[in-house]
Amino acid sequence: MVDFTLWDILRNLLLAARWTIVLSLVAFVGGGAVGLVLLVVRLGRNRIAESLIAGYVQVFQGTPLLMQLFLLYFGIALFGIDTSPWVAACLALTLYTSAYLTEIWRGCVDAVPRGQWEASASLALSFGQQLSHVVLPQALKIAVPPTVGFLVQVVKGTALASVIGFVELTKAGGMIANVTYEPLLVYGCVALIYFTICFPISLYAGVLERKLHVGQR
Amino acid sequence: MSASADPSATNAVLVAPHTEIGAPVVRITALRKSFGELEVLKGIDLDVMRGEVVAVIGKSGSGKSTLLRCINGLEVFQQGSLVVDGKPLLHESALAMRELRQRVGMIFQSFNLFPHLSVGRNVMLAPRLVKKRKAEENEARARQLLERVGLAEKFDAMPDQLSGGQQQRVAIARALAMDPAVMLCDEITSALDPELVGEVLRVVESLAEEGMTLLMVTHEMGFARKVADRVIFMHQGRVHESGTPEAIFGAPQTPELKQFLSSLHD
Ligand SMILES: Nc1ncnc2c1ncn2[C@@H]1O[C@H](COP(=O)(O)OP(=O)(O)OP(=O)(O)O)[C@@H](O)[C@H]1O
Ligand SMILES: [Mg+2]
Repeated sequence: MVDFTLWDILRNLLLAARWTIVLSLVAFVGGGAVGLVLLVVRLGRNRIAESLIAGYVQVFQGTPLLMQLFLLYFGIALFGIDTSPWVAACLALTLYTSAYLTEIWRGCVDAVPRGQWEASASLALSFGQQLSHVVLPQALKIAVPPTVGFLVQVVKGTALASVIGFVELTKAGGMIANVTYEPLLVYGCVALIYFTICFPISLYAGVLERKLHVGQR
Repeated sequence: MSASADPSATNAVLVAPHTEIGAPVVRITALRKSFGELEVLKGIDLDVMRGEVVAVIGKSGSGKSTLLRCINGLEVFQQGSLVVDGKPLLHESALAMRELRQRVGMIFQSFNLFPHLSVGRNVMLAPRLVKKRKAEENEARARQLLERVGLAEKFDAMPDQLSGGQQQRVAIARALAMDPAVMLCDEITSALDPELVGEVLRVVESLAEEGMTLLMVTHEMGFARKVADRVIFMHQGRVHESGTPEAIFGAPQTPELKQFLSSLHD
């Protein structure tokens, strides 16, 4: 039997953690972009679009991420398209993230007083100008803490991609635990790495929040 | 800072509307507006002539705010027509709405300054985005207008550093920066501490003197009496009585107006 040093374990986990980070980034950037588009469409006050998006949000918030991963992975295969766990995981996490972010951001936009919409409309600003120059900058301030808080959820959520065979931090941890017979040590390291990724994000949220509160002159 | 040294700055000239003198800037015909089942405006006919100052008075719920908000399209009405400075109000066309809104300045009871922008940027935002005014010209004009409302030194301040009266004066400068043909004021001093009311009313009065067309809902009867050319008494969604301040306050004709005026003294 091969002997594993602590360094061997850590090195392999860190290599796998890269994929956790990449997957988180893809989910967050992709989900953020889709979420923003959905938000703008929603604010456009088109009844049909609005209820479609509300349905989309309900579906993704009302089902476990685990099921979304399974359904996407096997569902895409059903159409004869050959997917890798990587593509399925990216897609599922992006859709999941977009549903949550669009809902979080919608709440932040709603928190901007109606008088801001009315004043900017009275000054003949177009809908896009109202959004980009008046409403979104104010909503952004409110949005930072819940958005970054959710980013932490996404990082932890990537762990579920292990179930469709994508080798990220959690999956790697399981594999290493199996060969080393040191589950406590290995999973301890896994947890520590997740914490090392997530904690700076939370810290940064605080910094950003303080920065935004100073305002623009 | 060069603009504030300009000698003309203290007397910022208002830009003349398209409407000729003696013609109506606002023309409202048979306007009806309902919120669901509730009919709030029941057929309003009203012309506001260029340079005229019209005060709107009436009980709470009589439809004064709704009337003002119809004029710049913040509320959609069901029947009738509305023309501002030659531009008809067409709710379906976003472009036509923006054209019309450039002709109408609106001052709100709650100021509604943009809290994330400095005073100067508040004033410059719409001219830059909508009128594509050049940066230097835009800043010079903003400084001129802020000087006009007595706030030249507040160009770089943030709105939350100002008193209510100062914020409302910035809001007036912001509206003026779009060179409106008419200004709509909805109880613009109601949210102010009594000692701050005067400074805002003085600005409005000076606008009136310079020939700005004004349509203002007000509870300041003394001010209406002094500044208005015409007073409109609204009652249950209709223009119930209208006339000169002397006639309205001195010789009210209808029992509703008499009752309204006497209720103010209690
Ligand atoms: N958004 C709305 N939805 C439903 N009803 C409304 C709405 N806005 C106003 N109303 C109703 O329309 C009527 C007229 O309201 P409006 O605000 O025009 O009155 P007002 O004369 O300005 O009163 P006040 O002196 O209190 O400001 C009121 O009965 C009010 O309840
Ligand atoms: Mg009102």
